Amino acid sequence: MANDTDIAIRAEGLSKRFGDFVVVEDLNLTVKRGEIYGFLGPNGSGKTTTMRMLVGLLEPDHGRGECLGLDIRTERDALRRRIGYMTQHFSLYGDLTVEENLEFVARIYNLPAPVKTAQDAIRELGLEGRGDQLVSTLSGGWKQRLALAAAILPKPELLLLDEPTAGVDPKARRDFWEHIYELAADGLTVLVSTHYMDEAERCHRIAYLAYGKLLASGAGDEVIGNSGLSVWEVSGDPGDLSDLAANIRDEEGISMATPFGTRLRIGGPDKNALDHATQPYRDDSRFRWEPSPPTLEDVFIHLLRDAQDNRAVAS
Amino acid sequence: MTNKAHQNRAPGFGGFLGRLRAMITKEFKQMRRDRMTFAIMIGVPVMQIMLFGFAINLDPRHLPTAVALADHGPMGRSVVAAMQTSRYFKVTRQVGTGAELEPLLQSGEVQFGVEIPPDFSRRIARGDTATLLLLADDTDPAAVGGAVGAIDTIVRQGVNRELRGALAMRRDTSTPIVDVVVHRRYNPANETDKVIVPGLLGVILFLSLSINTGLAVTRERERGTMELLLSMPVSPFEIMIGKIVPYITVGAMQSAIVLLSAMWLFDVPMLGSPLLLLAAIALFVVAVLTIGYLISTVARTQLQAMQMTIFFFLPNLLLSGFAFPFRGMPDWAQMIGEVLPLTHFVRLMRGVMLKGAEFASLWQDFAALAAFTAVIVVIGLLRFRRTLD
Repeated sequence: MANDTDIAIRAEGLSKRFGDFVVVEDLNLTVKRGEIYGFLGPNGSGKTTTMRMLVGLLEPDHGRGECLGLDIRTERDALRRRIGYMTQHFSLYGDLTVEENLEFVARIYNLPAPVKTAQDAIRELGLEGRGDQLVSTLSGGWKQRLALAAAILPKPELLLLDEPTAGVDPKARRDFWEHIYELAADGLTVLVSTHYMDEAERCHRIAYLAYGKLLASGAGDEVIGNSGLSVWEVSGDPGDLSDLAANIRDEEGISMATPFGTRLRIGGPDKNALDHATQPYRDDSRFRWEPSPPTLEDVFIHLLRDAQDNRAVAS
Repeated sequence: MTNKAHQNRAPGFGGFLGRLRAMITKEFKQMRRDRMTFAIMIGVPVMQIMLFGFAINLDPRHLPTAVALADHGPMGRSVVAAMQTSRYFKVTRQVGTGAELEPLLQSGEVQFGVEIPPDFSRRIARGDTATLLLLADDTDPAAVGGAVGAIDTIVRQGVNRELRGALAMRRDTSTPIVDVVVHRRYNPANETDKVIVPGLLGVILFLSLSINTGLAVTRERERGTMELLLSMPVSPFEIMIGKIVPYITVGAMQSAIVLLSAMWLFDVPMLGSPLLLLAAIALFVVAVLTIGYLISTVARTQLQAMQMTIFFFLPNLLLSGFAFPFRGMPDWAQMIGEVLPLTHFVRLMRGVMLKGAEFASLWQDFAALAAFTAVIVVIGLLRFRRTLD
C-alpha cells in the first residue's frame, strides 16, 4: 500500500441512505495524489452523493473517509480550505458580475489582494473586458469555465468536479480537459464525474458506480481486462440486426447486445458461453461476425447489466 | 398513423373537460405535496378565529388602577368600592398622594389613577360639590374609552349608597354632588393617529425586514448557490451576520421615513430621549431580522418563508396592543403577547415618544426584546445545517 502522504482520498465502507433508499453502499475508494480519477456510472448511481460526502456536504451514515489526510466528518473546516468543489448545477451568483463572483470567492478564502486575484483570473479565463457582465447572461460553456476558475482560485490541493462538462460543446470540452491536465501536472488531484466515454479514457484511473456500489475500478485497460469480456461485432441490415439483438439479448452467456451505428456489439464475460450462445446465428448469411476488442463502454454496459441481474435475484 | 393520432384527440366539450380534469388534479396533487403551505392555509384561519373570537375585546374590563384615597370619610371608600364592582377598574395599587400616581401611569403599571381629596366626604356632607380626579393613560384610547364614559355614573352610585338619614335629601338636590375631572394623559386630544404611528413603525419593520432575511437564505437554497457556499470555509455565524447587516441599513431608512413623517405630518410628540428611541429601534430591527433568519432555516422555499413570516406576524399584530387594547385580552392571550417582540416595541415607542418615559421605567421591555433576540439567534444557529442533509 502506498504511503499515506501519497493518498489524496481514502474512503472505507462509505454508506448513505435517504429514507429507505440506499444511495451509496459500502463504498471503498483510494485516489492517489496528482491523479485524475474518473467517476462513471448511470444517473442516480451515487456519484454526486459520494462527492458531497467527500467535501463534507453530506454526513455519511456509515464508514469513514479522509481527504488530504483530514477526516471528512470531524475536520471539515480545515478540509474546506484545501479543496475545490464544482457543483453539478451552476452555483455561482447569477445576479453578480463575473468579477464580483470571483472577488467574493477570493475574500471567503481570505486570499491576499482579492480584487487583483479576481482580475488575474478573468484574464487567464480569456474573459477580459467582460468582468462587468452579469453571470446569468453568460453562455453554458463560459459558466462552466468560470465555475472551474472559481473552484481553483484558492489553489486547492484536491479538486472535485461533478459532471463539469455536461451540456458543453466538444471544443470547450477539449479545452477544459487540457486545463485539467495542466493542473494535474502541477500536482493537483482531480476527482471528476462524467458520462462521456472519451473523458473516461482521459483519466488516469476510473471507478464505475451503479446502484450506489462500486462495480469496477482501476486504469482503463485494467478495468477492461478484469471484466474478462469478449465481444463480437456483427454487421448487416439494420432491421435484421435489431431482430437479432432482441432474440439474443436474454440468452445465457450474453451480457450485452448493443447497436452501434450500423453494427451490433455482442459480448459476454465467458468466451465459451458467448460462442455457444451465438453459434446458431453465426452461420446466418445475412450477418458478418468479427471478433472485436472490448471497449470501456462495452464493459460498462456489461457491468450495469450484471448489477441489474444481481438486484433482480436479490429482491 | 395520422388517423390514430387524430382519434386520440377528443373533440369539443369532452376534450375541454378532460384537459380541465388534468389541470385540476395536477394542482391538487402539488398543493398536497407542499405540506407546509397546506398547514398554513389551514392554520391561519384557525388562528384568526381564536384570536379575534376569544382574545380580542374592544370593551376591556378590570383595568389596573392606582388609587390615592386621602379622604377618611365613608364617601371615598364607597366610591372606590363602586369602581371595583363596576368591573371597569381593578384597584391594584393604593398610594398616599396624588403625586405618586404619575410615575405609575408613565411606566404603564396602571391604566388609571384616581385621586380622592381629603375633603371629599366633608364637602358632600356640607352640601358642597366634591371633586374626584381620574387620570387615564390615553396611549391606548380603546382601552380607556369605556371606563371614562362610565365614571360619572359609577361615582354617583358610590356616593348615593352613603346618602342615608339626614343626607338622603341630597340625592335630589340640583347642586351637583361630585365633579369628576378626567385628565387624558399623553394624548390629551384623544387623537388615534398619534397613538397609531409610533406602533406602525414596528409593523412596517417587522413585515419588510423579517420577510427579506427569510428570503435571503431560502433563495440561496432554491437557486443552488447554497451548495457551493457550504463547501467553502464560511461559518453559519458569518453567513447569518452577512445576511442581516445589509438589512439593518434598510431598517434605518424605513425608520427615518416613518419617524420624520410622524413628526411633520402627524405632529406626534417626541417627549422622551431620542437616544432611547434609537436604541429601541435598533434592538427591534435586529430582533425581526433574526426572526427572518430563523424562518429561513426552516422554510424550504421562498414561498414557504413568506407564508411562515405572515403566520408569525399575525399574532404580533393582533396581540401586541398595537391594534387592540392589550389589557382587554384574557390572561392567556396577554401571556402570549408578552412573548412577542412587537408588544414590547409598541410599549417602548409609545413610552418614549408619547409619555417621555425614561429607561428606568422601560428596562423590562428592553430586556424582553434582548432576551427574545438572543433565544432566536441561538435556535437559528443551531438549526442552520452545514450539510445538505
